[in-house]
Amino acid sequence: MIDARGRSCPEPVLMLRKAMTSKEASYEIMVDNRVSVENITRYGQHEGYRVTVEDREDEYLLRLEK
Amino acid sequence: MKEKRETILLGGAGLLIGVIAVLLVKLGNPANMGFCIACFLRDTAGAMGLHRAGAVQYLRPEIVGLILGSFLLALGRKEFSPKGGSSPVTRFLLAMCVMVGCLMFLGCPFRMVLRISGGDGNALLGLAGFACGIGVGVLFLKKGYSLKRNYKQTKAEGAALPILTLALLLLAVIVPVLFFATEAGGGPGGSHAPLLISLAAGLIVGAVAQLTRLCMVGGIRDLILFRSVRLLMGFVGIFAAALICNLAFGFFKFGFAGQPVAHNDGLWNFLGMLLVGYGSTLLGGCPLRQLVLTGEGNTDSAVTVLGFLAGAALCHNFSLASSANGPTLNGKIAVVVCIVIVSIVAVANTFGKEKGR
Repeated sequence: MIDARGRSCPEPVLMLRKAMTSKEASYEIMVDNRVSVENITRYGQHEGYRVTVEDREDEYLLRLEK
Repeated sequence: MKEKRETILLGGAGLLIGVIAVLLVKLGNPANMGFCIACFLRDTAGAMGLHRAGAVQYLRPEIVGLILGSFLLALGRKEFSPKGGSSPVTRFLLAMCVMVGCLMFLGCPFRMVLRISGGDGNALLGLAGFACGIGVGVLFLKKGYSLKRNYKQTKAEGAALPILTLALLLLAVIVPVLFFATEAGGGPGGSHAPLLISLAAGLIVGAVAQLTRLCMVGGIRDLILFRSVRLLMGFVGIFAAALICNLAFGFFKFGFAGQPVAHNDGLWNFLGMLLVGYGSTLLGGCPLRQLVLTGEGNTDSAVTVLGFLAGAALCHNFSLASSANGPTLNGKIAVVVCIVIVSIVAVANTFGKEKGR
Protein backbone atom coordinates (compact mmCIF):
# COMPACT_ATOMS: atom_id res chain seq x y z
CA MET A 1 0.00 0.00 0.00
CA ILE A 2 1.22 3.49 -0.82
CA ASP A 3 1.03 5.80 2.17
CA ALA A 4 0.47 9.30 0.84
CA ARG A 5 -1.04 10.74 4.00
CA GLY A 6 0.12 14.26 4.73
CA ARG A 7 1.28 14.78 1.16
CA SER A 8 -0.14 17.71 -0.71
CA CYS A 9 -1.12 17.96 -4.35
CA PRO A 10 0.36 16.72 -6.71
CA GLU A 11 2.64 14.41 -4.68
CA PRO A 12 0.18 11.55 -4.05
CA VAL A 13 -0.55 11.25 -7.78
CA LEU A 14 3.17 11.26 -8.56
CA MET A 15 3.77 8.55 -5.93
CA LEU A 16 1.05 6.46 -7.53
CA ARG A 17 2.38 7.10 -11.01
CA LYS A 18 5.84 5.95 -9.97
CA ALA A 19 4.36 2.79 -8.42
CA MET A 20 2.34 2.14 -11.57
CA THR A 21 5.46 1.58 -13.63
CA SER A 22 5.30 -2.00 -12.27
CA LYS A 23 2.02 -2.46 -14.21
CA GLU A 24 0.20 -4.41 -11.49
CA ALA A 25 -3.52 -5.16 -11.67
CA SER A 26 -4.36 -3.39 -8.43
CA TYR A 27 -3.00 -0.73 -6.12
CA GLU A 28 -3.98 0.68 -2.75
CA ILE A 29 -3.19 4.21 -1.69
CA MET A 30 -3.99 6.00 1.54
CA VAL A 31 -4.52 9.76 1.56
CA ASP A 32 -5.98 12.25 4.04
CA ASN A 33 -7.51 15.02 1.97
CA ARG A 34 -10.30 15.26 -0.54
CA VAL A 35 -8.23 17.01 -3.19
CA SER A 36 -5.98 13.94 -3.34
CA VAL A 37 -9.02 11.63 -3.47
CA GLU A 38 -10.32 13.58 -6.48
CA ASN A 39 -6.94 13.75 -8.20
CA ILE A 40 -6.13 10.05 -7.71
CA THR A 41 -9.61 8.96 -8.79
CA ARG A 42 -9.25 11.03 -11.95
CA TYR A 43 -5.76 9.76 -12.67
CA GLY A 44 -6.64 6.13 -11.93
CA GLN A 45 -9.67 6.21 -14.20
CA HIS A 46 -7.61 7.88 -16.88
CA GLU A 47 -5.15 4.98 -16.67
CA GLY A 48 -7.97 2.45 -17.03
CA TYR A 49 -8.49 1.43 -13.40
CA ARG A 50 -11.76 1.11 -11.49
CA VAL A 51 -11.40 3.26 -8.36
CA THR A 52 -13.25 2.72 -5.08
CA VAL A 53 -12.91 4.98 -2.06
CA GLU A 54 -13.24 3.87 1.55
CA ASP A 55 -13.83 6.74 3.98
CA ARG A 56 -11.99 6.13 7.28
CA GLU A 57 -12.64 9.25 9.36
CA ASP A 58 -10.45 11.95 7.79
CA GLU A 59 -8.46 9.33 5.91
CA TYR A 60 -9.31 7.66 2.65
CA LEU A 61 -8.22 4.30 1.29
CA LEU A 62 -8.41 4.19 -2.48
CA ARG A 63 -8.40 0.84 -4.27
CA LEU A 64 -7.53 0.78 -7.94
CA GLU A 65 -8.36 -2.34 -9.91
CA LYS A 66 -8.14 -3.21 -13.58
CA MET B 1 -17.87 12.65 -18.05
CA LYS B 2 -17.19 13.93 -14.55
CA GLU B 3 -13.92 15.45 -15.72
CA LYS B 4 -15.73 17.26 -18.52
CA ARG B 5 -18.21 18.68 -16.02
CA GLU B 6 -15.39 19.83 -13.73
CA THR B 7 -13.60 21.43 -16.67
CA ILE B 8 -16.73 23.38 -17.57
CA LEU B 9 -17.21 24.36 -13.91
CA LEU B 10 -13.65 25.69 -13.78
CA GLY B 11 -14.10 27.64 -17.00
CA GLY B 12 -17.32 29.13 -15.63
CA ALA B 13 -15.61 30.02 -12.36
CA GLY B 14 -12.85 31.71 -14.34
CA LEU B 15 -15.39 33.74 -16.31
CA LEU B 16 -17.06 34.96 -13.09
CA ILE B 17 -13.70 35.88 -11.55
CA GLY B 18 -12.61 37.71 -14.73
CA VAL B 19 -15.77 39.85 -14.69
CA ILE B 20 -15.37 40.66 -10.99
CA ALA B 21 -11.71 41.62 -11.54
CA VAL B 22 -12.50 44.17 -14.24
CA LEU B 23 -15.47 45.54 -12.28
CA LEU B 24 -13.09 46.22 -9.39
CA VAL B 25 -10.94 48.32 -11.75
CA LYS B 26 -14.06 50.14 -12.93
CA LEU B 27 -14.89 50.87 -9.28
CA GLY B 28 -11.47 52.24 -8.40
CA ASN B 29 -8.73 49.59 -8.28
CA PRO B 30 -5.55 50.34 -10.30
CA ALA B 31 -5.64 49.45 -14.01
CA ASN B 32 -5.23 45.74 -14.82
CA MET B 33 -5.19 45.18 -11.05
CA GLY B 34 -8.69 44.06 -10.16
CA PHE B 35 -6.85 41.39 -8.27
CA CYS B 36 -3.16 40.93 -7.62
CA ILE B 37 -2.23 38.82 -4.64
CA ALA B 38 1.37 40.03 -4.66
CA CYS B 39 0.50 43.73 -5.03
CA PHE B 40 -2.27 43.51 -2.45
CA LEU B 41 -0.06 41.76 0.10
CA ARG B 42 2.61 44.40 -0.59
CA ASP B 43 0.04 47.16 0.00
CA THR B 44 -1.08 45.38 3.17
CA ALA B 45 2.53 45.11 4.37
CA GLY B 46 2.80 48.85 3.72
CA ALA B 47 -0.42 49.57 5.62
CA MET B 48 1.08 47.87 8.67
CA GLY B 49 4.29 49.83 8.33
CA LEU B 50 6.39 46.80 7.44
CA HIS B 51 7.76 48.96 4.64
CA ARG B 52 7.55 52.73 4.17
CA ALA B 53 7.01 53.07 0.41
CA GLY B 54 4.31 55.73 0.57
CA ALA B 55 2.81 54.88 -2.84
CA VAL B 56 1.85 51.32 -1.93
CA GLN B 57 0.16 51.29 1.45
CA TYR B 58 -3.43 50.14 1.90
CA LEU B 59 -4.96 47.27 3.84
CA ARG B 60 -6.60 45.51 0.89
CA PRO B 61 -9.99 44.06 1.88
CA GLU B 62 -9.78 41.67 -1.09
CA ILE B 63 -7.02 39.71 0.72
CA VAL B 64 -9.15 39.40 3.86
CA GLY B 65 -12.14 38.44 1.71
CA LEU B 66 -10.23 35.77 -0.22
CA ILE B 67 -9.07 34.03 2.95
CA LEU B 68 -12.44 34.35 4.70
CA GLY B 69 -14.44 33.32 1.63
CA SER B 70 -12.44 30.12 1.45
CA PHE B 71 -12.60 29.69 5.25
CA LEU B 72 -16.40 30.01 5.41
CA LEU B 73 -17.06 27.75 2.43
CA ALA B 74 -14.55 25.18 3.69
CA LEU B 75 -16.36 25.17 7.06
CA GLY B 76 -19.71 24.77 5.28
CA ARG B 77 -18.43 21.92 3.10
CA LYS B 78 -16.68 20.23 6.04
CA GLU B 79 -13.36 20.73 4.28
CA PHE B 80 -11.85 22.91 6.99
CA SER B 81 -9.00 20.61 7.90
CA PRO B 82 -6.13 22.10 9.93
CA LYS B 83 -2.83 20.63 8.81
CA GLY B 84 0.77 21.80 8.84
CA GLY B 85 4.36 21.07 9.68
CA SER B 86 5.66 20.35 6.19
CA SER B 87 8.97 22.26 6.15
CA PRO B 88 7.50 25.61 7.28
CA VAL B 89 10.79 27.54 7.29
CA THR B 90 11.64 26.37 3.77
CA ARG B 91 8.18 27.46 2.65
CA PHE B 92 8.67 30.89 4.27
CA LEU B 93 11.94 31.26 2.38
CA LEU B 94 10.45 30.12 -0.94
CA ALA B 95 7.56 32.53 -0.46
CA MET B 96 9.94 35.45 0.04
CA CYS B 97 11.72 34.47 -3.20
CA VAL B 98 8.42 34.22 -5.08
CA MET B 99 7.51 37.72 -3.89
CA VAL B 100 10.84 39.06 -5.18
CA GLY B 101 9.93 37.62 -8.60
CA CYS B 102 6.40 39.04 -8.46
CA LEU B 103 7.61 42.52 -7.63
CA MET B 104 10.24 42.38 -10.36
CA PHE B 105 7.45 41.67 -12.85
CA LEU B 106 4.88 43.78 -10.94
CA GLY B 107 2.22 41.18 -10.42
CA CYS B 108 1.35 37.67 -9.37
CA PRO B 109 0.21 35.04 -11.89
CA PHE B 110 -3.39 36.22 -11.42
CA ARG B 111 -2.48 39.79 -12.38
CA MET B 112 -0.33 38.47 -15.21
CA VAL B 113 -3.48 37.03 -16.80
CA LEU B 114 -5.35 40.29 -16.14
CA ARG B 115 -2.50 42.29 -17.68
CA ILE B 116 -2.57 40.14 -20.82
CA SER B 117 -6.34 40.61 -21.07
CA GLY B 118 -5.81 44.38 -20.85
CA GLY B 119 -3.42 44.27 -23.82
CA ASP B 120 -0.14 44.48 -21.88
CA GLY B 121 2.33 42.69 -24.15
CA ASN B 122 5.00 42.67 -21.42
CA ALA B 123 2.90 40.15 -19.54
CA LEU B 124 3.23 37.72 -22.47
CA LEU B 125 6.97 37.61 -21.76
CA GLY B 126 6.03 37.11 -18.12
CA LEU B 127 3.81 34.18 -19.11
CA ALA B 128 6.66 32.62 -21.10
CA GLY B 129 8.97 32.92 -18.09
CA PHE B 130 6.24 31.62 -15.77
CA ALA B 131 5.73 28.50 -17.92
CA CYS B 132 9.51 27.90 -18.08
CA GLY B 133 9.79 28.23 -14.30
CA ILE B 134 6.99 25.72 -13.80
CA GLY B 135 8.73 23.40 -16.28
CA VAL B 136 11.91 23.49 -14.20
CA GLY B 137 9.91 22.87 -11.00
CA VAL B 138 8.15 19.91 -12.63
CA LEU B 139 11.54 18.33 -13.46
CA PHE B 140 12.27 18.23 -9.72
CA LEU B 141 8.76 16.97 -8.89
CA LYS B 142 9.30 14.08 -11.29
CA LYS B 143 12.62 13.29 -9.58
CA GLY B 144 10.88 13.04 -6.20
CA TYR B 145 11.04 16.60 -4.82
CA SER B 146 9.06 16.82 -1.60
CA LEU B 147 8.82 19.15 1.37
CA LYS B 148 7.77 16.05 3.38
CA ARG B 149 4.43 15.31 4.93
CA ASN B 150 2.19 17.53 7.03
CA TYR B 151 0.40 16.59 10.24
CA LYS B 152 -2.97 17.32 11.77
CA GLN B 153 -3.17 20.54 13.74
CA THR B 154 -5.73 21.93 16.17
CA LYS B 155 -8.72 23.91 14.93
CA ALA B 156 -7.36 26.97 16.75
CA GLU B 157 -4.06 26.72 14.85
CA GLY B 158 -5.86 26.36 11.52
CA ALA B 159 -8.21 29.25 12.19
CA ALA B 160 -5.56 31.60 13.58
CA LEU B 161 -4.59 33.45 10.40
CA PRO B 162 -8.11 33.69 8.92
CA ILE B 163 -9.35 35.22 12.18
CA LEU B 164 -6.30 37.46 12.50
CA THR B 165 -6.91 38.93 9.03
CA LEU B 166 -10.53 39.67 9.95
CA ALA B 167 -9.37 41.31 13.18
CA LEU B 168 -6.89 43.44 11.21
CA LEU B 169 -9.61 44.64 8.84
CA LEU B 170 -11.97 45.47 11.72
CA LEU B 171 -9.17 47.37 13.42
CA ALA B 172 -8.46 49.29 10.21
CA VAL B 173 -12.13 50.29 10.00
CA ILE B 174 -12.52 51.21 13.67
CA VAL B 175 -9.11 52.85 14.26
CA PRO B 176 -7.85 53.77 10.76
CA VAL B 177 -5.19 56.08 12.19
CA LEU B 178 -3.20 53.02 13.26
CA PHE B 179 -2.50 52.13 9.64
CA PHE B 180 -0.64 53.78 6.78
CA ALA B 181 -2.69 54.54 3.69
CA THR B 182 -1.65 56.08 0.38
CA GLU B 183 -3.69 59.16 -0.45
CA ALA B 184 -5.79 59.24 -3.63
CA GLY B 185 -3.47 59.98 -6.57
CA GLY B 186 -0.40 59.13 -4.51
CA GLY B 187 0.24 55.77 -6.20
CA PRO B 188 -1.34 52.35 -6.67
CA GLY B 189 -2.16 52.10 -2.96
CA GLY B 190 -4.38 55.16 -3.30
CA SER B 191 -6.53 53.55 -5.98
CA HIS B 192 -9.12 51.22 -4.62
CA ALA B 193 -12.75 50.22 -4.92
CA PRO B 194 -15.04 50.95 -1.93
CA LEU B 195 -14.18 48.78 1.07
CA LEU B 196 -17.36 46.69 1.22
CA ILE B 197 -17.27 45.99 -2.51
CA SER B 198 -13.62 44.92 -2.32
CA LEU B 199 -14.44 42.69 0.64
CA ALA B 200 -17.45 41.15 -1.11
CA ALA B 201 -15.41 40.56 -4.28
CA GLY B 202 -12.74 38.82 -2.23
CA LEU B 203 -15.32 36.68 -0.41
CA ILE B 204 -16.92 35.53 -3.68
CA VAL B 205 -13.63 34.80 -5.45
CA GLY B 206 -12.21 33.07 -2.35
CA ALA B 207 -15.27 30.83 -2.13
CA VAL B 208 -15.24 30.06 -5.87
CA ALA B 209 -11.53 29.27 -5.77
CA GLN B 210 -12.05 26.99 -2.75
CA LEU B 211 -14.85 25.15 -4.55
CA THR B 212 -12.96 24.68 -7.80
CA ARG B 213 -9.33 24.40 -6.48
CA LEU B 214 -8.41 27.06 -9.04
CA CYS B 215 -4.66 27.51 -9.31
CA MET B 216 -2.61 29.37 -11.89
CA VAL B 217 0.51 27.26 -11.28
CA GLY B 218 -1.47 24.02 -11.09
CA GLY B 219 -2.97 24.72 -14.52
CA ILE B 220 0.33 24.73 -16.37
CA ARG B 221 1.92 22.13 -14.06
CA ASP B 222 -0.86 19.58 -14.68
CA LEU B 223 -0.69 20.26 -18.39
CA ILE B 224 3.02 19.38 -18.39
CA LEU B 225 2.78 16.51 -15.88
CA PHE B 226 -0.50 14.82 -16.80
CA ARG B 227 -1.50 16.41 -20.14
CA SER B 228 -4.60 17.65 -18.30
CA VAL B 229 -6.17 20.98 -19.31
CA ARG B 230 -8.76 20.90 -16.51
CA LEU B 231 -7.15 23.40 -14.11
CA LEU B 232 -5.94 25.51 -17.01
CA MET B 233 -9.55 26.25 -17.92
CA GLY B 234 -9.82 28.56 -14.91
CA PHE B 235 -6.98 30.58 -16.40
CA VAL B 236 -8.66 30.65 -19.81
CA GLY B 237 -12.01 31.69 -18.32
CA ILE B 238 -10.46 34.61 -16.40
CA PHE B 239 -8.63 35.75 -19.53
CA ALA B 240 -11.69 35.54 -21.79
CA ALA B 241 -14.06 37.35 -19.43
CA ALA B 242 -11.53 40.04 -18.51
CA LEU B 243 -10.69 40.60 -22.18
CA ILE B 244 -14.35 41.09 -23.12
CA CYS B 245 -14.98 43.39 -20.14
CA ASN B 246 -11.81 45.39 -20.84
CA LEU B 247 -12.91 45.87 -24.46
CA ALA B 248 -16.44 46.82 -23.34
CA PHE B 249 -15.20 49.43 -20.83
CA GLY B 250 -12.54 50.77 -23.20
CA PHE B 251 -9.72 49.63 -20.89
CA PHE B 252 -8.02 47.46 -23.55
CA LYS B 253 -4.84 48.97 -24.96
CA PHE B 254 -2.37 46.69 -26.71
CA GLY B 255 1.30 47.56 -26.51
CA PHE B 256 4.49 47.34 -24.50
CA ALA B 257 5.38 50.91 -23.53
CA GLY B 258 3.33 52.92 -21.08
CA GLN B 259 1.23 50.04 -19.77
CA PRO B 260 -0.34 50.70 -16.36
CA VAL B 261 1.73 49.73 -13.28
CA ALA B 262 4.19 47.84 -15.52
CA HIS B 263 7.60 48.24 -17.15
CA ASN B 264 8.78 47.01 -20.53
CA ASP B 265 12.14 45.41 -19.72
CA GLY B 266 11.45 42.07 -21.39
CA LEU B 267 14.33 40.08 -19.95
CA TRP B 268 13.46 40.96 -16.36
CA ASN B 269 9.74 40.46 -16.87
CA PHE B 270 10.64 36.98 -18.13
CA LEU B 271 13.10 36.19 -15.32
CA GLY B 272 10.83 37.63 -12.61
CA MET B 273 7.98 35.33 -13.60
CA LEU B 274 10.35 32.41 -14.14
CA LEU B 275 11.25 32.76 -10.47
CA VAL B 276 7.54 32.93 -9.57
CA GLY B 277 6.67 29.80 -11.57
CA TYR B 278 9.68 27.87 -10.25
CA GLY B 279 9.17 28.81 -6.60
CA SER B 280 5.39 28.39 -6.69
CA THR B 281 5.66 24.90 -8.18
CA LEU B 282 7.90 23.93 -5.27
CA LEU B 283 5.36 25.49 -2.89
CA GLY B 284 2.53 23.47 -4.48
CA GLY B 285 0.46 26.38 -5.74
CA CYS B 286 0.24 30.00 -6.83
CA PRO B 287 -0.20 32.89 -4.35
CA LEU B 288 -4.01 32.84 -4.80
CA ARG B 289 -4.10 29.12 -4.00
CA GLN B 290 -1.97 29.74 -0.88
CA LEU B 291 -4.58 32.23 0.41
CA VAL B 292 -7.37 29.75 -0.29
CA LEU B 293 -5.52 26.90 1.41
CA THR B 294 -4.91 29.19 4.39
CA GLY B 295 -8.69 29.54 4.61
CA GLU B 296 -8.99 25.74 4.61
CA GLY B 297 -6.77 25.58 7.70
CA ASN B 298 -3.50 24.69 5.99
CA THR B 299 -0.93 26.31 8.27
CA ASP B 300 1.91 25.63 5.82
CA SER B 301 0.09 27.93 3.43
CA ALA B 302 -0.46 30.42 6.26
CA VAL B 303 3.31 30.46 6.81
CA THR B 304 3.73 30.92 3.05
CA VAL B 305 1.41 33.95 3.12
CA LEU B 306 3.45 35.41 5.99
CA GLY B 307 6.54 34.78 3.84
CA PHE B 308 4.93 36.75 1.01
CA LEU B 309 4.28 39.64 3.43
CA ALA B 310 7.86 39.57 4.70
CA GLY B 311 9.16 39.31 1.13
CA ALA B 312 7.11 42.33 0.07
CA ALA B 313 8.45 44.37 2.95
CA LEU B 314 11.99 43.29 2.09
CA CYS B 315 11.49 44.28 -1.57
CA HIS B 316 10.54 47.85 -0.70
CA ASN B 317 12.97 48.28 2.17
CA PHE B 318 15.91 47.24 -0.03
CA SER B 319 14.72 48.77 -3.33
CA LEU B 320 14.21 45.41 -5.02
CA ALA B 321 10.74 46.18 -6.40
CA SER B 322 10.39 47.49 -9.94
CA SER B 323 8.33 50.53 -10.84
CA ALA B 324 6.91 51.92 -14.07
CA ASN B 325 10.46 53.22 -14.70
CA GLY B 326 11.79 49.66 -14.82
CA PRO B 327 13.66 47.24 -12.60
CA THR B 328 16.31 48.34 -10.14
CA LEU B 329 19.88 47.00 -10.01
CA ASN B 330 19.15 45.66 -6.52
CA GLY B 331 16.08 43.92 -7.89
CA LYS B 332 18.02 42.25 -10.68
CA ILE B 333 20.66 40.97 -8.26
CA ALA B 334 17.91 39.74 -5.91
CA VAL B 335 16.11 37.83 -8.67
CA VAL B 336 19.32 36.00 -9.61
CA VAL B 337 20.12 35.28 -5.97
CA CYS B 338 16.57 34.02 -5.38
CA ILE B 339 16.72 31.70 -8.42
CA VAL B 340 19.89 30.24 -6.88
CA ILE B 341 18.20 29.89 -3.45
CA VAL B 342 15.14 28.20 -4.98
CA SER B 343 17.45 25.84 -6.88
CA ILE B 344 19.31 24.92 -3.69
CA VAL B 345 15.96 24.18 -2.00
CA ALA B 346 14.91 22.09 -5.00
CA VAL B 347 18.11 20.06 -5.07
CA ALA B 348 18.28 19.60 -1.29
CA ASN B 349 14.69 18.33 -1.12
CA THR B 350 15.01 16.10 -4.17
CA PHE B 351 18.39 14.47 -3.74
CA GLY B 352 18.90 14.94 0.01
CA LYS B 353 19.70 11.74 1.95
CA GLU B 354 16.71 11.91 4.31
CA LYS B 355 13.85 10.86 2.05
CA GLY B 356 11.32 10.54 4.88
CA ARG B 357 9.32 7.94 2.99
